[in-house]
Amino acid sequence: MKHNFYSKIAYDRQLCDFCGACVAVCPHDAIELAEADLSITESCTFCANCVHVCPMRALEIIDAR
Amino acid sequence: MRDKYDIVIVGAGPAGSTTARFAAAAGASVLMLEKDRDIGIPVRCAEGASEAGLRAVLENIDERWIDNRISEVFFHSPGEKMVELKFKQVGYILNRKLFDYDLAQMAVRAGVEVLTKAYVFDLLREDDKIAGIRFSHMGKTFDVKSRLVVGADGVESRVGRWAGIKTRTKMGDIETCAQYTVHDLNLADNHLHLFFSSKIAPEGYLWIFPKGDGRANIGLGISGDAAAKKAPVSYLDEFMAERYPHASILNSVAGGVPCDRTLETIVLDGLMLVGDAAHQCNPITGGGIAPALIAGKIAGQVAGRAIAEGDVSAKSMQDYPRRWHKAEGRNHQIFYRLKNYIYKLTDDELEGIAEAALHVPVAKRSLVTLFRAALVKKPSLILDAVKVFT
Ligand SMILES: Cc1cc2nc3c(=O)[nH]c(=O)nc-3n(C[C@H](O)[C@H](O)[C@H](O)COP(=O)(O)OP(=O)(O)OC[C@H]3O[C@@H](n4cnc5c(N)ncnc54)[C@H](O)[C@@H]3O)c2cc1C
Ligand code: SF4
Ligand code: SF4
Repeated sequence: MKHNFYSKIAYDRQLCDFCGACVAVCPHDAIELAEADLSITESCTFCANCVHVCPMRALEIIDAR
Repeated sequence: MRDKYDIVIVGAGPAGSTTARFAAAAGASVLMLEKDRDIGIPVRCAEGASEAGLRAVLENIDERWIDNRISEVFFHSPGEKMVELKFKQVGYILNRKLFDYDLAQMAVRAGVEVLTKAYVFDLLREDDKIAGIRFSHMGKTFDVKSRLVVGADGVESRVGRWAGIKTRTKMGDIETCAQYTVHDLNLADNHLHLFFSSKIAPEGYLWIFPKGDGRANIGLGISGDAAAKKAPVSYLDEFMAERYPHASILNSVAGGVPCDRTLETIVLDGLMLVGDAAHQCNPITGGGIAPALIAGKIAGQVAGRAIAEGDVSAKSMQDYPRRWHKAEGRNHQIFYRLKNYIYKLTDDELEGIAEAALHVPVAKRSLVTLFRAALVKKPSLILDAVKVFT
């Protein structure tokens, strides 16, 4: 999906296993992952690496309008 | 907890605990921080390790760590040909909950202080030099100073990045994984099964690692590139639905493995990276337990000496990368080349390899015969395979 000003990475905490695969492939160190808490910081450029690598498909780029 | 230690270690997996133990044994004061509430849990691992790999670092192997012993592996081709291979050495399926916990306890006995629920989120600097870490614990933020910081923070490592090392794993180099621990399977307890097929696990493989008593870790890893098309958990669910629709799932985990060569930089002034954080797992198998132990022992000894001598510069700690490359790192470059070739084979090519391997009698089959069959079209890699498997 193409991103725009309103893009946001949505994360589904029901699906996420807090495994860190997304953190490993993020080019901009934009993911904070504590024990069971994930958040995306403002350094995100919406490259979608994290979305694609996630074993559980817990991430998605959405239009937050 | 004090506000100053010689060494702070981030992450209490096998790499962190082993580094901590050896550094403390050499006289350094060490604090090890782990973000999870438990050490050893969750187990993001199929728990396979060779006896030789563990013996390289551990004086005694506790029976409690071993769930099961493996004597044979069966390679499954896309068309369900089964190539049987007998192990030359003993293979273990570990109980990593106990194993990781005991490694941490060995560190504690050597004098290391450990704290869980401690999420490290930044490096401290003084005069541009790395001077410690900042972490959160139970809603509060703490600063701890140290002369040396060790990033043993696993696949998700960020410690190296904060220090300016490029540690990001490329999409083609990460194996992204899903795994279930299932019960009540009708499986021989001493046989591993590995499935190679673009339909089951593209650019990777699926494993069945029996844990004894009908239990098994069933999981798969595929490249990040392949996962862009379909998620690992979907591949795994399809496999389970087809083969074991009624199996009970008692544990499920996701995970990533950096199937890469060791990072170019694993020491800086006042900083070391160890284990998955340094991309030290075996790139073709994804096995990172033994490498984490081996690297941890070297790193811990070198760190301990650096502290004792009062010089934690990158220059004074070069013994760590040097000894690591001699022990394992150099071989990993070969495994990496082999992986890039093997994981890209088409289903037809895999079928042909199984066919050729089946012509060799079981008693004469070895990993080298398998790789010889696999590499007929790439003879330059055969020499590589012979180098690492004999
Ligand atoms: C599905 C799967 C199957 C595998 N199967 C096998 C196998 O059969 N055999 C094998 O040898 N290897 C296997 N591996 C690889 C193996 O699990 C790893 O290589 C090994 O655990 C690496 O050890 P480590 O100590 O470097 O990292 P880890 O064991 O990952 O430990 C890192 C620790 O650091 C902590 N941490 C991370 N960030 C922070 C932070 N900011 N603050 C505080 N703590 C932090 C984490 O919570 C974690 O406990 C598998 C991996 C996966 C994902
Ligand atoms: S890769 Fe997926 S499951 Fe793993 S931590 Fe990231 S969002 Fe969660
Ligand atoms: S989209 Fe790219 S930059 Fe943004 S968090 Fe995911 S991996 Fe990082």
